Amino acid sequence: MSRPLRLVWVYPDLLSTYGDRGNALVLERRARLRGLPVEIVEVNSDQPVPRDGDIYLMGGGEDLPQTLAARRLLADGGLHAAAERGAVVFAVCAGYQMLGLEFGGADDAPVRGLGLLDMRSGRGERRAVGEIVADVDPALNVGKLTGFENHQGVTRLGQQARPLARTTLGTGNGDGTEGAYAGRVLGTYLHGPALVRNPGLADLLLYWAAGPLPPLPPQAEELASRLREERLAAVTTDG
Amino acid sequence: MDDNSKQRFRLPMRARVATTVGGAAATVSRLAGKGDGSVIGGVISLRLAPDLLSLLAVGRRVVLVTGTNGKTTTTKLITAALAPLGGEIASNIYGANMEAGLTSALSRAPDARVAVLETDEKYIPAMIKATRPAVVVLLNLSRDQMDRAAEIWLLARRWREAIENAPDCRVVANADDPLVAWAASSARKVTWVAAGQRWREDSWCCPHCGAHLQRDGDDWSCKECGLRRPPVSWLLYDNEVIDATGRSTPLDLALPGRANRSNAVIALAVAEAFGVHITQALRELRAVTSVAGRYTQVNRRGCDIRLLLAKNPAGWLEALDVMAPAPAPILLSVNAQGPDGRDTSWLWDVDFRRLRGRHVLVGGERRLDLAVRLEADEVAFRLVNDIDEAIDAALTVAPNLEVLANYTAFQQYRVALGRVQ
Repeated sequence: MSRPLRLVWVYPDLLSTYGDRGNALVLERRARLRGLPVEIVEVNSDQPVPRDGDIYLMGGGEDLPQTLAARRLLADGGLHAAAERGAVVFAVCAGYQMLGLEFGGADDAPVRGLGLLDMRSGRGERRAVGEIVADVDPALNVGKLTGFENHQGVTRLGQQARPLARTTLGTGNGDGTEGAYAGRVLGTYLHGPALVRNPGLADLLLYWAAGPLPPLPPQAEELASRLREERLAAVTTDG
Repeated sequence: MDDNSKQRFRLPMRARVATTVGGAAATVSRLAGKGDGSVIGGVISLRLAPDLLSLLAVGRRVVLVTGTNGKTTTTKLITAALAPLGGEIASNIYGANMEAGLTSALSRAPDARVAVLETDEKYIPAMIKATRPAVVVLLNLSRDQMDRAAEIWLLARRWREAIENAPDCRVVANADDPLVAWAASSARKVTWVAAGQRWREDSWCCPHCGAHLQRDGDDWSCKECGLRRPPVSWLLYDNEVIDATGRSTPLDLALPGRANRSNAVIALAVAEAFGVHITQALRELRAVTSVAGRYTQVNRRGCDIRLLLAKNPAGWLEALDVMAPAPAPILLSVNAQGPDGRDTSWLWDVDFRRLRGRHVLVGGERRLDLAVRLEADEVAFRLVNDIDEAIDAALTVAPNLEVLANYTAFQQYRVALGRVQ
């Protein structure tokens, strides 16, 4: 690759509720360890979204910031242009909801989403807070998802989007499925640093952006694997 | 004082029974070694008289202290700064900061005419209604344990509404935190303090209209709706406090760090509202050396250990600022029990790169989460199982150890070291 892999973190000033930086750091680390040059570009909500990024990251946010972010991204058009030419988009929590056709705003009124995934979100009855485990679509060849969810959203997928996973613990989309993807646009209710405990998912995004990847040396994976196993074991024994 | 005791004496029978029974339960709880008993005592009292807190607050000058970080320390500092008033001051110094804790603090000090009460951020609207405070202190607002706490923009809006509905109350607020300033600007009487803002990740956008804020040093403004940092009457500048008359005085606190200097300036502004002169108040503040075990130094097996407690990214950032320089080893420890928040995502909001090259030990029930975080920041570390193993490891490098832990991890170490105060 002649130029560095460009990770664009979209609107950290509005969409960064809890540890969202973790996703950028995990992707950066896993690219670097493989000798891929990589750069992180942070784009605030008063700046244009660059169209030449390779992976776009969107984090979580409260209702009002989420609505503002969607409005500005629709007006800006940069993210849409990038997605159209095949860039990878990875969004968590509020960012995930925004990828759909509509989502529930601060007063429960539907807000127009970015329309990058065929799905609609609204507000559920109860807030889903806690550990989540889900089996990922076998077509993606990624291990179980493990993470933490904290949202009150309910998401229904349309024909053009596929569920990312099926939940075995936790709420996810609210109908037994979790997250969604279509092409290289992928979103999940796992919030914050979702890629930390799911290095397989991180590598899928890198593969989509940069092509086949050499494996990492085992010692570079050791701590993340231990953490992943510890968390999966803890939630299955806690019930 | 006499008026006040009469006031207490006039408590309805129901309230008197409730405080007595609650007090007995607190004593039993203390004797059983279950904390200081303030929560259980308060809970029982409130069950007997649900309006007890309002009854207990009548006739007293109440100060409520809230914010994401620094509540406990600032409550202690204000209590100290008001000592020159003479007489007892009611306070919930052990951090029981919801209705039961406040009730317990007031019922334990029936003769206190002044009460300084740490209050949980979520409960401040209800507690303003119940206690009709003379002063409300708003310190700062940032992300904290979001698996159980409210979202912070929402919280700021609730503060704003509660303050708007309490026109008699004076608000002492940090003008440097845009969320706090927006919430406090609904008050009739405000003392604005430039107490600084180390953590800015939650206030890049205007709390009123959502536009990206213009920032220049500590100054901030919104070019969309015109909201801006209000003109301040108290200012923290390095180690100096500049008071409302423009006079500059060195703080020279025993407590470490910028965050505590900021808390001290707030305490001085509150003291002024009570008529206590800065010179008198400052003398008291300088004598404070620890707060409920925080900042305490203990020696074990020839190792000087200092304990720091911080519960969220803003708190960790401030705590890392006050760490002793190399070669002092650092023990970082994280749990994720209920009081800590069960989600460790916040670790990814803390920039650990400054610990590169330091001797770092990692402990706590969620040490693997912390380990993976440090690995991403290329900080070398060693995992330890308990405080003794950490002391062993520290002593191979230096005769001291700096400990930074979140809530239950801190309490575990404190107990292991003999309930240090």
